[in-house]
Amino acid sequence: MSTITMTSRGVEVRHQSRWSAGSDIIAMSGRELRRSLRSVDALVTAFAIPVSIMLVFVVIFGGAISSDGDYVNYVVPGTLVLCLGFGAAATAIGVAQDVATGTVNRFKTLPVLGSAVLHGHVVASLLRNLAACVPVVVVALLLGFRPAAGLSGWIDAGLFAVLIILAFTWLSVLGGLLLSVDAAGSINFVFLFLPYISSGFVAVDTMPGWLHGFADHQPYTPIIETLRALLDGAAPGATLWVALAWLAGILAVGAVGSALVFARRVKG
Amino acid sequence: MTATNRTGPAIDVAGLRKGYGNHAVLDGVDFTVARCEIYALLGPNGAGKTTTVNILSTLVRPDAGEVRIGGVDVLARPAQARRMFALTGQYASVDEFQTGAENLAMMARLNHLQASARRTRVAELLQAFDLSGAANKRVAGYSGGMRRRLDLAVSLIAMPPVLFLDEPTTGLDPRSRAQLWSLVEELAHTGTTILLTTQYLDEAERLADRVGLIDDGRIVATGTPDQLKAQVSGDHIVFSFGERHDVLRAAELALRHCADGAQVETDEATLSVRMPTSDAVEDIRALLAETAKAGIRVSDIAIAGPTLDDVFLTLTGRPSAQERSDDAAGSHEQPTAGEKRATHEEKTHEEKEKAA
Ligand SMILES: Nc1ncnc2c1ncn2[C@@H]1O[C@H](COP(=O)(O)OP(=O)(O)OP(=O)(O)O)[C@@H](O)[C@H]1O
Ligand SMILES: [Mg+2]
Repeated sequence: MSTITMTSRGVEVRHQSRWSAGSDIIAMSGRELRRSLRSVDALVTAFAIPVSIMLVFVVIFGGAISSDGDYVNYVVPGTLVLCLGFGAAATAIGVAQDVATGTVNRFKTLPVLGSAVLHGHVVASLLRNLAACVPVVVVALLLGFRPAAGLSGWIDAGLFAVLIILAFTWLSVLGGLLLSVDAAGSINFVFLFLPYISSGFVAVDTMPGWLHGFADHQPYTPIIETLRALLDGAAPGATLWVALAWLAGILAVGAVGSALVFARRVKG
Repeated sequence: MTATNRTGPAIDVAGLRKGYGNHAVLDGVDFTVARCEIYALLGPNGAGKTTTVNILSTLVRPDAGEVRIGGVDVLARPAQARRMFALTGQYASVDEFQTGAENLAMMARLNHLQASARRTRVAELLQAFDLSGAANKRVAGYSGGMRRRLDLAVSLIAMPPVLFLDEPTTGLDPRSRAQLWSLVEELAHTGTTILLTTQYLDEAERLADRVGLIDDGRIVATGTPDQLKAQVSGDHIVFSFGERHDVLRAAELALRHCADGAQVETDEATLSVRMPTSDAVEDIRALLAETAKAGIRVSDIAIAGPTLDDVFLTLTGRPSAQERSDDAAGSHEQPTAGEKRATHEEKTHEEKEKAA
C-alpha cells in the first residue's frame, strides 16, 4: 500500500473567511440534493405521490363532489398545500438518519457552523418542493384548473409557498432530531391527514358539527384559504394574517426547537 | 495565531466524570498521551470508551474533569479544540448515497481547504487508502473494510495533529483489519497522535505504544502492552469435542492435571474445554493420553493466548463488568457454581469450574 503523504499539516491548510458559513451550507445542501435525487424512494415521495394526489382529487373526487368545473379551482390550492407538507415531511427521515448514523456527530466535530447540516436539509427541501410544485401545477392546469390570478398573484402565491415549505420543513427537522428513523418516517401521515379536516377539500359546513371547531381553527384552514385567494386574484383579507401568524409560529417552534435540540442531542 | 502548547502532551485528561441518571459511566478517568504516541483505551462493552472519546471530541460535556488537546482547554474553547483533532466514530459515518470521492470532497469543503488544495488532497487520500478504483462508486456498494478506510480517510482531510478512533476494526475481516492497522501505524509515523479504543487485546498489542485498561468508568491499569501482558497468566489450550457429555468428563481430567488454583473453563456452546498451560506440548500429550484411555474423542485442539478477560481477571482480581452483568442476566443456565465468561472473540458463554 502506498504511504500517506502529507503536503501540509494541520491548521495551515485551512482557510477561513466570513463566507465560510455560506459555503458550509452550500456543501450540505448539495449533499442533501444528492440524497433526494439518487434514491427512487425519495424521488417517488417528492414527485410521483404529489402528482398522484392531485390526479385523485381532481379526476376521481372532483366529479363526485361537484359536477361543474368550479370544484377544480376550489380543490387545487388545498391539494398543493397538502403536497408541500407531505414533501417537507421527508426531511424528518433524512435528519433522523443523520442522527442515527453518527453523521451529525461527525459534522459537529468539524470547525464549521454547527447547524450547517440542518440548514442544508432545509435548503434542499425548499428546492425539492418548489420543483415538485411544477408538475403538480401543470397537471392541475391540464385538468381544467383556471386560476384568475395575474402575475403578481402568482408571485405572491410563490412567496407564500416558500414560507409554507420553510415552516413545515423546520418542524420536520425538529421531528427528525427527536424521533427514531422509523417514527420520523410516519410524520408525513400527519401532513397527509390533517388537511382533510380543513376547508381544503370540502366546505367546513358539510362536516359533522363536532368537527367544526377544529376544522375552523386549525392552521390548514387559513393557510389553504389564503393560497386559494392569492391564486384566485382576490384579496385574502384577515385570513392572510391568521395564516402568517400560524406559519411564523410553526417556523419559530421548528427552527428554535431544532437549534436547542441540536446543541444538546448526542446519540450515545 | 492560536495559543497552543507545542511541547506538552498531545492529550491530557484529568478527573473525568460523567453520569447518566445515577449511573456513573465515567468515574474519574485520567490519562495523558504524548505527541506522536498511539494510546489504546482497552475495555469491554459499556466500559465508557465511547463516552470518553465523545467528551474529548466536544460531543458530550462531562460533569467534572479537565481535557486539554495540544494545550487547548476543550471544555472552555471547543471551537478552537476542533481544529486540533478529527474523530472516526464507532460506526462508519460516511454517506451511502454519495461516492467515495464525493464524501471526501464534501469534507474537504467543510474543512475549509482552499479550493486549489481540495482536488489534490482527495486524490491523494483515495490513493493512499486504496480506494482509487472505487472513487466514483456509491458507498452503498462498498464492503465493510472499504467503508472503514473511507471513514478514516475522511477524518484525515485536514491532517489534524490528533486523531480519535473509536473501535476502528470492530466488524472487519482479518485482512481488512490488518490493512487498517498498517494505515494507523503509518499515520503515527507521519506525526499524528492517536487515541484509539478497542475491545481486542491483540489490537492494542499490535498498535499501541501504551494501553489504558478501562473498566466500569475507571482506568484500572496503564502500561505498554508487554507490561500488561507480563502480569497475565500465559497460554491456554482449548480442546473441542463432538459429544456434550464428553466436555464435563474431559474438564475433570484437565482439572486433575492442572496445578492447584488453576481454572478450567467449559463452553457448552462450542463443546470445548479451556485450560491454562505453561508447557503446551507436554500438556497436550498428557491430556490426549488420558482422554484416549477414558474413551473420549477430542475433535480439535488449539493454543490460545491470554484474552482481555484474563488481563482483567489478573489485574482487577474480578471478571470485567460485562461478565458480571451477564451473570446477573443468565445465572439459571449454570449447572455448577462459577462465573460465566464472554470471550472477546465470539461472545460465547463459558462456564468456569473452579478448582476444588
Ligand atoms: N446518552 C446516554 N444515556 C444513558 N446512558 C448512556 C448514554 N451513553 C452511554 N450510556 C451508558 O454508559 C455506559 C458506557 O457507554 P459507552 O458507550 O461509553 O461504552 P463503550 O465502552 O463505548 O462500550 P462499547 O464497547 O459497547 O462501545 C453504558 O452502560 C451505556 O449504557
Ligand atoms: Mg463504544
